[in-house]
Order: sequence, then C-alpha cells, then structure tokens
Amino acid sequence: MSAHMGTAELPGLGTTMARGGEGPAPVRIVVGYGFWIFLLSDIIMFSALFASYAVLSGQTAGGPSGRELFELRHVGIETLCLLFSSYTCGLGLLAIGRRQLRGFYLAFAITFVLGATFLGLEISEFVGMVTRGAGPSRSAFLSAFFSLVGLHGAHVTAGLLWLSFMVAQTAARGPRDFVRRRLLCFSLFWHALDIIWVALLTLVYLMGAR
Amino acid sequence: MGKLSWSAIPFDQPIPMAASLLITVGVFAVLGLVTWKGWWPYLWREWLTSVDHKRIGVMYVLLALVLLLRGFIDAIMMRSQLAIAAGGAQGYLPPEHYDQIFSAHGTIMIFFMAMPFLVGLMNFVVPLQLGVRDVAFPVLNAISFWLTASGALLVNVSLVVGEFARTGWLAYPPLSELQFSPGVGVDYYLWSLEISGIGTLLAGINMVTTILKLRAPGMTYMRMPVFCWTSLCSSMLIVAAFPVLTATFGMLLLDRYAGMHFFTNDGGGNFMMYINLIWIWGHPEVYILALPAFGIFSEVIATFAGKQLFGYRSMVLATLAICVLSFMVWLHHFFTMGAGADVNAVFGIMSMIIAIPTGVKLFNWLFTLYQGRIRFEVPVLWAIGFMVTFAIGGMTGVLQAVPPADFVLHNSLFLVAHFHNVIIGAVLFGAMAGYYYWFPKAFGFTLDRRLGVVSFWCWLVGFYLAFMPLYALGLLGMTRRMQHYADVTWQPYLIVAEVGAVVILCGIAATIAQLVVSIRTREQRRDATGDPWNGRTLEWSTTSPPPSYNFAVLPQVDSLDAFWVMKQRGPVAPPEHYQSIEVPRNSPNGFVTAFFAVVTGFALIWHIWWMAILGLACAVLTLLVFGWMERHEDEVSGEQLADAERARLRAASP
Repeated sequence: MSAHMGTAELPGLGTTMARGGEGPAPVRIVVGYGFWIFLLSDIIMFSALFASYAVLSGQTAGGPSGRELFELRHVGIETLCLLFSSYTCGLGLLAIGRRQLRGFYLAFAITFVLGATFLGLEISEFVGMVTRGAGPSRSAFLSAFFSLVGLHGAHVTAGLLWLSFMVAQTAARGPRDFVRRRLLCFSLFWHALDIIWVALLTLVYLMGAR
Repeated sequence: MGKLSWSAIPFDQPIPMAASLLITVGVFAVLGLVTWKGWWPYLWREWLTSVDHKRIGVMYVLLALVLLLRGFIDAIMMRSQLAIAAGGAQGYLPPEHYDQIFSAHGTIMIFFMAMPFLVGLMNFVVPLQLGVRDVAFPVLNAISFWLTASGALLVNVSLVVGEFARTGWLAYPPLSELQFSPGVGVDYYLWSLEISGIGTLLAGINMVTTILKLRAPGMTYMRMPVFCWTSLCSSMLIVAAFPVLTATFGMLLLDRYAGMHFFTNDGGGNFMMYINLIWIWGHPEVYILALPAFGIFSEVIATFAGKQLFGYRSMVLATLAICVLSFMVWLHHFFTMGAGADVNAVFGIMSMIIAIPTGVKLFNWLFTLYQGRIRFEVPVLWAIGFMVTFAIGGMTGVLQAVPPADFVLHNSLFLVAHFHNVIIGAVLFGAMAGYYYWFPKAFGFTLDRRLGVVSFWCWLVGFYLAFMPLYALGLLGMTRRMQHYADVTWQPYLIVAEVGAVVILCGIAATIAQLVVSIRTREQRRDATGDPWNGRTLEWSTTSPPPSYNFAVLPQVDSLDAFWVMKQRGPVAPPEHYQSIEVPRNSPNGFVTAFFAVVTGFALIWHIWWMAILGLACAVLTLLVFGWMERHEDEVSGEQLADAERARLRAASP
C-alpha cells in the first residue's frame, strides 16, 4: 500500500486488527483486502495456464518452436512498457493522495499510452505468428502459448478500460473516498499484471528462446 | 441464428418432450400466477433486487431445493431404467438419453443443489453469527447469486432446446472434444458451469473477506462459532480451487471453439492434463461441500446437547488440516491411469491421512453428545444419522485410498456407492439439518416436527436401501454408467435400489408437505423470542426474522458461545440512545448482469455470434453504469431503532 494510505485516519489499526477484537474494519480496509483475495484467485487461474504451458511447451507437433518464433528484442520493449507503466501508475496514485489532480491525469495518461503500446506490440506479435502459419490451432505448444499470453493481454485490455473509466469518474466526481478506493484496487490490479508478466517473460520467452 | 433451428426441440422423443412441456408449463404457470396476483412489484423490490445477505441466502436455498427435485427426477429415472434393463431388455431410456441423464444428475446435484444449499446457508448465517450487519460486499453477493441461478437456468434450458452433455459430470476429454461430442450438450455444460463458477468464486471472496475483516467487537478468531470456521475454510478452498476449474473449462472451450489442442488426441494435446486439472479443483470441491456441513452439525449438536462443543480448538485445527490436505490428494481419483507405483503410494497415504482430522471431528461430536441433555429435535436426528452413515462412507473411502484395491474398485458401482454415501450422508443431511435449524430464524416460525421426522427416516432408510446394494454390485463387477446389463443376477440388487429411491421420494414429498403445512399453520408456530432452540450463538440474539440491519447495536463478545454466556448473565438494560445505521440500498445490478450472462451463454452455446457480442457488451455496460452511479445507503434512525428494540424486548419477555 502506498504512502497516502497511512494510518493517520485509522490509528492503531494494524496491530489490533490482527487479533480481531476491534469490531468490523473500515470500508477501505475491507475493499482493499477483498480485492487482494480476488487477485490471488486470478493468479491461481494463471497458474493453471502456466502449468499447462509447462506441460505442452515441447509439443510442437512438427510445427515451429519457441526458439524459431520468439524475438527477444520485441519482448524486451513490451516488458519495458509494462513495467514503466506500473511506475507511472504508482506516481498517479501518489498524486491523487496529495489531491494533485493534474499530476494524476498526466501519470494515468502515460500509463494508458504505455499499456496500449504493450498491447499493440503483443497484437503485432500475434498477427505475425498467425500469418506465418503458427496460429493457436497449429500445435498444443501454440495453443498454450496463445492462451497464456492472450489471457494476460485480455487482462491488460480490461485494465485499460478500467483505467479510462476511473479517469472519467475522477474527473466527474473528484477524488472522493469511493473513487480513491477504486483507484487503489486498480493500481493493485495493474501491479499484479506486472508480476504475472515477469513470470511469463521468464517461463515462456527467456526459457523458450534458448 | 447460428446452429439454432426448430430441430433443436426434441419433438420426436416422447420422454424429453414430455419433460420439456412439463417444465415449460410449470414455469409459465408460476410466472402467470405472479402476474395475475400482481406480485411483481413486491418480488422486484423485496427479493430480485435485494442485497440483504439473508434474502440472498434464502434465494440460494430455494434454488437448491428446486434443483434437488430436478436432480432427483434424473436419479429415479436411472434407477427405474436399471431395475428393468436386465438380460436382453433395453429398458425405456435409449443410451443417448440415459447418458444425458447421468451427466445432468451429477452436474445438477453438485453444482446447483449442494453448492447453492450450503453457500445459501453460509450467506444467511455467517454475518448473524459474527454479529455484524451484512457481508463485506452486498451488491457483489447479489451478483454471485444471480450468476449461479443463470447457470442453473441454462442447464435446464438444455432440456427443452437442444441436448445436454453425454460425457459424465466432469466431461473428460477426448470424449468431450468436438471430434467425439459435436453437439451442443458439452457446450451447455461448459458455459453454464463457467457462468455459475464465476458466481461461486465471487461468493467465496466475499465470504473470506467478511469473516476475516468483519466481526463483532471482541470476536477474536478463537471465539468464532465453528460454523464460521468451516465456512471460512470452505470459502478459502473456493478461492483457491474455482479459478482452476474456470481455467480448465476455458481450455476445453478453446479446444472446441477455436480448434486448439490442449486435450485433443492430435496436435500434441494431452487429455491427462485435463484429468489432473479438473481433480485439482474436484477434490477440494468435496471439502468445500463437506466442511460447512460439518459446521452445521457442530452447531446443532452443541445446541441440542445443551453443552459447549467438546474440543473446540481441536475442531478448528482439524478443519484447517482438512483444508490444507484437500489439495494433496487429487490423484487418488485416477490411480489406474498410469502415474506409477511411487506417485500412487504418496497420494494413497495422503488420502488416508485425511481420515485422521475427520476422525477427530467425529469423536468431538460424540463426546459433545456424551452426558448431554439431548433434545431429539429433527436436526439432531439428521446429525446422528450423519455420524453413522458418514463413518461407513469414510471407511469405504479409506479402502479405495489403497491403490491396489482401487484398481479393482475403480469406476465400479462401489465407487458410486461410496461418494453418494459421503455426499448424501454428510452434505445433504447437513443441509437438511441446517434448513430445519435455521428456518425459524429466517421466517419467524418453526417447521412441522412430525413431517420432519418422517422426512428424516425416509431419507435414511431410503439411502441405505438405494446404495448398500450398489457396494455389493461394485464388488460383483458392475461398472458405472451402464444403460443396460447382461448379467441377470444383478437385477435383484438393482430392484432393491429402486425401492430405496422410491423411499427417498417419500422423504422429499414429506419435506415439501412439511413446508406447505408449516406455512399454513404459521400463526400457531410463531416464535416471538427469536431463540426457539435455546441457542448458543449470536444469530439467536436478534429477532426472527432479523431486521435488515441484523443488530441494533453490535454485540460485544468476550467468549465462545457468546449468546449463551449473555443469557447466563441475565438481561442488560437497553441503551438510552441508539446510533443511526446505514443499510445498503437495493440494486438491480445482479439481476440485470445475470440476465445478460444468460443471453451471452445461450448465444455462445448455439454459435449465435452477434447475440453473444451484444450480450457481453450489455453485461459489461451494466457493470460500468452501476459502477458510475455512487452507491447510496438508507439510514435507519436512532428513534426507529429504539422503537424496534422495545418491540423486540416486549415480545421476547415471557
């Protein structure tokens, strides 16, 4: 949790809640906690696809393998875009915590552009592979590849939609409590996509391109 | 319209046609009655848009009871088919129809009967037991329920339009792949379970957050009622297991819709991966169902024995142990599939170890009953019936945990008898006990005791008649999922099993009669005290039915069995002033989202792409629109609370 989430409003919460004797937690804690649990479940869903990819990654059925298909330079740019977008997302959250709306809009605009660039690069990679005859129905390896990477891409797409929605809502409603709670959840989501991408980059691209 | 045409309706098959007509007429009769009586505004306002955890809990249980009927009709059809289809006889159900029936029976009973029943009871009871006003996310709770109901609806639509899967309740590939199941049956199965699975996952997240973050002041973990503990563990299992189910079904859908090769025979696919993944969900699922039932029995036994639960701490530890171990045994569902002796040995031993915490629980219940002043109310009958039945089912389970024995018993009726023994014996008995136990809390009047006793004995006797012969048949070599059989010496056993199914039917009839009779005589069976059973936990400390805010003042908890201790200390003077309370306002979000989920699911099943895109877009739009509006809450003022509390105390004092 970022700095603006400090305990100034909720004195002593961290220590007493652990024992659970203090009664119901405040809304912001409940919302953030529930969203963490959702993210855990989402990561478990990814883990099922990671496991499938690990099982099927050698099953090329005579088709191209990762070594022939992956371009690490391309993937490197994608990675930079996504990781840097998390940094700007964090800056945006700090700005909204200080009620600096202009800084928030700027940071989130950059986040959006970086996320969209990532997505564009991913789509271009997919299109390139399909036109080379290496589409998802070519082999079990490619089915697992497109599903795993595509699921992450679908999450990024949903994240971009959510980001636009949140910017619009902040503009319309101002940095009210419920808006800031949602921005916190969004930022958790965006960071979780990074964690998944790092695992994906390692398991799929770096190990696959060897 | 994609693959959809008039030929999808089974005009040429008398049995499915009669069933679809019956369902269609039934549904329209109910809708017509509601319209004629002018009940729509009431239903919409008080139920369909409700975000109150109690209302949602009641709707879950109602859904479960209706689907219990549907699943049971499938069951009795199978039993009567097998009672006659011996030797050269083919019975009255052709194989392609019989296969759909056993697939639908399993799917419905697990996903749309047992799950909603227990999730419903958890929803209703847990916030009351924790002494709080609602679950963590009330609107999300409504969305969860309506998505579950959407899945149930789609499964039942398959009866009228098209067909259901013929692939068993877990749809193993490669049989469930497009190559071998080109029809819409498997698609009905997959989409309805994807939609309801998301609902269940969200319900699990909601429940975990509620239990860990919303508890009455003073309610530490070790002061939580056991039912809250088991609900917590069950919900954690939902959060950890259901995403795997979603992903696995997603991969099978990609195989079927996008020509991928996850589980196909060609292209490098690996169908064993499906079987591993589905059981990584499937075995925890057993405990997702069983743990809340264990919690219900713990509450019932402590209440009606008039004693604190024996070994509370060991009960909590046993629950947590089962929760963790449940993820380490999945391979015992397919010992025969060539993992090798070492792997089988590990999973066999792990499976046997689970019997230890389960045994701890059984002894705790027995010791709670020992020297208690037991009141033999209906829930206690279910609890004792459970202990006997579950012990037998558990032991046949341990037998099958021995890999060499499992090679003989795998896919035989012995296995079928075993899992019905534990699921009926634990989950269904527990749900029925909970239904009778908490009914007065939900509606303010008790259920008829006599018919409850009749229902219990019919279920118990019927269960033994229906399933004990199946153990014998399994040892005689009869495999599951047979539409007819050549060996006529099996027939007497199957006739006994058929008689058992009829006895269970009497039990179900008694349950329905009980509900009707109790509603008709509700004025005589009103419970003004809110505490009809002399209960021990906080749900009994408020009125029956509880007000929308549950508690005017959040109870202060300083021990286990908080309400029991409060009663021992005697009445406390009510506070002079009440602080106003905010209760969440109703929202049609869940109902509308689920409506579009049904449209999308139906369109995808029938490959009606424009409708699928439209439905999905509308569902997303619904969420965005409701997300845009700021949530408002209704306020209950201090004066209203004071009036309500005075009325409550007046009614409760004898």
